[in-house]
Amino acid sequence: MSGVPISVGYIPLVDAAPLIIAREIGFAEEEGLALTLNAAPSWSTLRDQLMLGRLEAAHMLFPMPIAAALGLGGFNTRIDILQILSHNGNSIGVSRALADRMRAQGYGFDFADARAAGEALIAGAAGRLRIGVPFPFSMHAELLYHWLGAIGLSAPQDLDVHTVPPPLMAEALAADEIDVFCVGAPWGSIAVENRVGEMLLPGTAIRANAPEKVLAVRHDWAEAEPGLTRRLMRAVWQAGRWLGHERNLLTAAELLARRDYLDLPPELIERTLTGNLVISPRGEMRSVPGYMSFQTGAAGYPWASQGALVAARLATRLGLSREEAMASARAICRTDLYTRNLADLGADLPEARDKIEGALNAPGAIPAVQGQVILPSDAFFDGWIFDPFANS
Amino acid sequence: MPEALSIIVIETDPERAGLIEDSLREAGSFEITVIPETTGLARRISEINPDIVLVDMASPSRDMLEELTLASGPLERPVAMFVDRSDDGATKAAIDAGVSAYVVDGLRADRIKPIMDAAIARFNMVQRMRTELETTRRALEERKVIDRAKGLLMKARGIDEDEAYALLRRTAMDQGRRVADVAHALVTAAGLLS
Repeated sequence: MSGVPISVGYIPLVDAAPLIIAREIGFAEEEGLALTLNAAPSWSTLRDQLMLGRLEAAHMLFPMPIAAALGLGGFNTRIDILQILSHNGNSIGVSRALADRMRAQGYGFDFADARAAGEALIAGAAGRLRIGVPFPFSMHAELLYHWLGAIGLSAPQDLDVHTVPPPLMAEALAADEIDVFCVGAPWGSIAVENRVGEMLLPGTAIRANAPEKVLAVRHDWAEAEPGLTRRLMRAVWQAGRWLGHERNLLTAAELLARRDYLDLPPELIERTLTGNLVISPRGEMRSVPGYMSFQTGAAGYPWASQGALVAARLATRLGLSREEAMASARAICRTDLYTRNLADLGADLPEARDKIEGALNAPGAIPAVQGQVILPSDAFFDGWIFDPFANS
Repeated sequence: MPEALSIIVIETDPERAGLIEDSLREAGSFEITVIPETTGLARRISEINPDIVLVDMASPSRDMLEELTLASGPLERPVAMFVDRSDDGATKAAIDAGVSAYVVDGLRADRIKPIMDAAIARFNMVQRMRTELETTRRALEERKVIDRAKGLLMKARGIDEDEAYALLRRTAMDQGRRVADVAHALVTAAGLLS
C-alpha cells in the first residue's frame, strides 16, 4: 500500500465499516493515502489519542466532539465533525428476567412500537429502572432519555443511567446490576447469542435516521492539512456510498469479521448490515429495514442543527448555558468542508447548515447547492421537533 | 504534614496490580486500594472516595470513570482527568505508557507528580512485557498454521516438508503476501472443502 501515511482510530463495531472499507476496498489508496486503522479499547482512550495527536482522525460517537466543545471530558482541544459515518444501528435490550415479566404480562416484542415497548417496560419494571449505556456522551444515552422522557420517566428520579462498556454488559446483566441496556451492533446480537438479554427496540423505532457515528479530527489538523483532510473525507465518503449498495453487504460482513477488525462470525455482522435480527435466545427474528445505514442522499452531511440539538440536551442535563452550548456545537459541524470537498463526487449538498430536526415524517425535498435534495424522514416516534433558532 | 493521599489502582491481574502497588509504595506513603475492573466500579470508587484513580488505558472499564468527571457523578468531590500543564509533558508520557489518572479537584501538582512518575515507569514496563508476550503468541500461532499448511500440501501432492515449505514461500512471493497469510488461506480453504 502506498501513499501518505494516515492513522485513524476506531472502536471495533459494525459501524466502523466505512473506515474498514475505505482501507480494504482501496478507496483510501485511490486518494493517495496509506490508511492505518488502530482499534481503541475505550471511547475515552480513543478521544485522548486523537486530542494528543497520536491519531489524525477517529470514529466517534456523535455527541463526543460536542461534549468536547462544551469542555466536558478530556483535554481542552477542539474536535471537528467532518461527516456523519452512519445512522442508527443501536438496539435497546432488557435482561431476561425483565423480558420474562413483560412477556407474562402479554407483551409481544414487536421490535417496532416505541410507545408500546415503553409502557410494557414500565409495567414490567420491578423498581427504578437501571440502565447501562456505553458512554456518557452517546446517542445511546440521548435516545434513551428522549424515549423514556416522552413516556413519562425522567432522570434521575425514575432512572438510574450508568456507563457500562459493552464488553462488560453481559457481566452487569448476570450480576443483576442493570435491567435495560442500549448498545451498538454487534453487542445486541452478542447479548442474545450469549443468552443474557433480549432485544426490545431498534434505535430506528425512536428516531428515524438518527446520526450515530462521525468522522472526527482535531480542528487544528483540518486547518493545517486541508489537502489530507480532503483526501480522507473523499475516501471515507466513497466507502460509505459503496456500503449503501445492498449487493456489497455480504463482502462487507466478511471483511469486518476478520481477526484484525471485529473478530466475529460474519453472519452476526451480516444480521446488522441487512437488518435481519435475532432478538431473543429463542431465535425469534425481526426484520428492520435501515436498521443501520451508511449512505443515502445527503446522509453524510454534518447538519449544524443536529449538533445544536445534542448540545442543547447536554446543556440542559448538566446545567450549562444552552445558548453558548449550541453556538459552540454548531461551529464544529464542518458543513463547509463537506460541501467543498465532496461536490464533484456527486454528494447531495444541502444549501442550509440547519434544518428543523424531526420535522420530516416522510421523505421531503429541500433546496440544495444545485437544485433540490430529497431527505429521508428524521422523525421522532412522538413527533417532537427541535428548532435550533427557537427561543426556549 | 498533609494526610496520606488515597489512591485507587484499577487492575484485574493481581500480579500486575502488585507490581504497580510496590512501585507506588517506593515513591511515598499512600493509602492504596486495588480494585478489579468490575461493573460496579463507580460505586466502589465512591465508597472509597479516593484522591487519585489510576487506570490502564487499555482497559474498557475506563469509560466508566468518565462518568465521574460529570458534575452529577457519584463522587461528591469533582474529579478531572489529570492534565499536566508543564513542559515536561507528564500527560503525554502517561498516555504513551498506557496509564491514565483521574484526580480530585484542587490537588496540588507537586503532590501528584511522584505518583505519576512511579506509575508511568511501572506501566512502561508492563506494556513492554505485554507487547513481547503478544509478539511471541503471534509467532507461535503462525508457526502452527504454517505447519498445518505444510502437512496438507505434503499429503495432497506427495511432496516432502522442504518442498512444501518452498511451495508456500514461492506462492507468497508471487502474490506479495506473507507465508503465514498464504498458509492461513490454505488451511481455511481445506477446512471448507473437507
